[in-house]
Amino acid sequence: MTADLAIDVRGLVKRFGDKTAVDGVDIQMPRGAVWGFLGPNGSGKTTTIRMICGLLKPTEGEGSCLGYDIAREAGRIKKQTGYMTQRFSFWSDMTIRENLEFVARLYQLDPVGRIVDATLESLGLTQRQRQLAGALSGGWKQRLALAAVTMHNPKLLLLDEPTAGVDPQARRDFWDEIHRLSTEGMTVLVSTHYMDEAERCDRIVYLANGKKVVEGRVPAIIERSNLVTFKGEGEGVRQLAGRLKGKPGVEHVAYFGSALHVSGTDRDKIEQSVLAARSDDVEWREVRASLEDAFIALMAGAGADTRVHA
Amino acid sequence: MTGARASLSRIWAVFMKELVQMRRDRLTFGMMFGIPIVQLILFGFAINTDPRNLPTAVHLEEQTPIVRTILSGLEVSGYYDIVMETPDPRETADLLARGEVAFVVSIPAGFTERLIRGDRPQILIEADASDPAAASNAIARAEAIISSALRLDLRGPLENLAARRQPFEVVVHAKYNPEGITQYNIVPGLLGVILTMTLVMITGMAMTREVERGTMENLLAMPARPLEVMAGKIAPYVLIGGIQTVVILTAARFLFDVPFVGALWMLLLGVAVFVLANLALGFTFSTIAQSQMQAMQLTFFFFLPSLLLSGFMFPFRGMPGWAQAIGETLPLTHFLRIVRGVMLKGADFTQLLTSLLAMSTFTLVVIGIVMARYRRTLD
Repeated sequence: MTADLAIDVRGLVKRFGDKTAVDGVDIQMPRGAVWGFLGPNGSGKTTTIRMICGLLKPTEGEGSCLGYDIAREAGRIKKQTGYMTQRFSFWSDMTIRENLEFVARLYQLDPVGRIVDATLESLGLTQRQRQLAGALSGGWKQRLALAAVTMHNPKLLLLDEPTAGVDPQARRDFWDEIHRLSTEGMTVLVSTHYMDEAERCDRIVYLANGKKVVEGRVPAIIERSNLVTFKGEGEGVRQLAGRLKGKPGVEHVAYFGSALHVSGTDRDKIEQSVLAARSDDVEWREVRASLEDAFIALMAGAGADTRVHA
Repeated sequence: MTGARASLSRIWAVFMKELVQMRRDRLTFGMMFGIPIVQLILFGFAINTDPRNLPTAVHLEEQTPIVRTILSGLEVSGYYDIVMETPDPRETADLLARGEVAFVVSIPAGFTERLIRGDRPQILIEADASDPAAASNAIARAEAIISSALRLDLRGPLENLAARRQPFEVVVHAKYNPEGITQYNIVPGLLGVILTMTLVMITGMAMTREVERGTMENLLAMPARPLEVMAGKIAPYVLIGGIQTVVILTAARFLFDVPFVGALWMLLLGVAVFVLANLALGFTFSTIAQSQMQAMQLTFFFFLPSLLLSGFMFPFRGMPGWAQAIGETLPLTHFLRIVRGVMLKGADFTQLLTSLLAMSTFTLVVIGIVMARYRRTLD
């Protein structure tokens, strides 16, 4: 248990009945970092976050969060942690101001009025503070939630898919705010499905089926995947996907916008397969594999337990 | 025709969907079948508007064969159940106020002698008439019961007495509500019924609402202890209970002219404990129910027996022993004794202590359950 680790958990297991949601996850996250938590739906991201902040008791495993034991000192952890739930969980029948005041009182912030005023000001919601929180648009709800969970200056911020269903501009603003908080010394663990968001993190942890599949910096993860990727663009690309799937060396085929990415780890075989499928209206070139390619490969491999450790 | 068929198939689709959802909601499903059966059996056997075997104390100033005949006649009638004999006439008022007995039958010294002389001596029956329905049949039949019992004894030289009009006189003192005004009994009782109804339901829904709207996770993630959340959630409703009490008591006084002979502080103490009992129960319901709808159903599940087995609607003493035992566990039963005791009988504190203790026990047990059940975590 090192003092400079914000999160230090080992062998976390959570079972619900006979279903194992999290299966032996280790995380050692230093203070002040911004980490991304990735993985398909149902991979155990939310459950892991809930165990870290003391909302769920781990079935097995142990660890500390901000130096406090996650099983026994949940109360202390809660005081210094801000947790933003996946679903908007503030009170929609209370106004923006009333929500913030409630949170401020629960954390015993003083003076409530002035702190809430300042929060509203920085949110740009001073004019709308008397509106019901339920009447806000998706993007504003997220901003309100972020402001509410950071009002008590937590040392650790846990964000569970904070930008799901939010428009691109709002997402960008949201991430600017996360980086600003990080420069103030906050440790941030954020789960997401967006690759561009993952690339803004110092380090990412990828979960699948409750297990940690990979952890590391984005370029390292791409490199470690040893993928060779060919990108095909042009009119006839739509017809090609089906033909390329299952060809020798082709481990996965996926669209990125209008382009087709064909990836595999065996350069010779994949090159031959792509050559064989060549046509006049499609232009092929080799590209650097993207994080998403790496993840698609990881996901495809996760079932067969090809765990890669950082 | 195809339009009608299409419409039918859509109705069928919705019908099937409702059935599936109904089956998923176990609690509701159980209540739809379990509750009617339980209630039918419970209330069908328990409710009796012609209560018998009412506990009776006797105060006898003489012991003669005639007196024994009268007493056995009362017993045999099925209405009076003689549970004790009290030598001290001053104790009779206390027994009634405490609710230990429903009647006190007093037979004065020299009764037999005066009966034989043809003086028409008096038998005194003091009755707890705070619930007019409970006592009325037993009182109405008292004279007939006694005279038919005496008919066997009044033979030979005494036959002429039997032939005359009643050789004795039954004097009834209907205490606490001499005119048998129903409101005197119902209005104070309604205080308890209204408090039960509103408080259990509101608190039952208060916590469930957080779960239903997903705000529970947020509340749990913030630093508030279970007891703190519970206290904070219950406090506003204590206030509401207080306001309801003031409104009902004011109406009882000025609208229904219900007498208030006891001490107000005693009633308020009873109200306080009763309100807490109901709020704690409502809170427990909210930890069991998955939705506000279920919380509502649980409230009704509790409310109906409270109404029917507490002595509010039907005489408590008219119920069989097992039903009285269930009734004894309900806070409303004890609250009714307190509110009627204070308002109508002017009962003193020691007379109410048992009821207060019973309600407090209920509250503590329920709080214990709720503390064990309340989820500190989302598990």
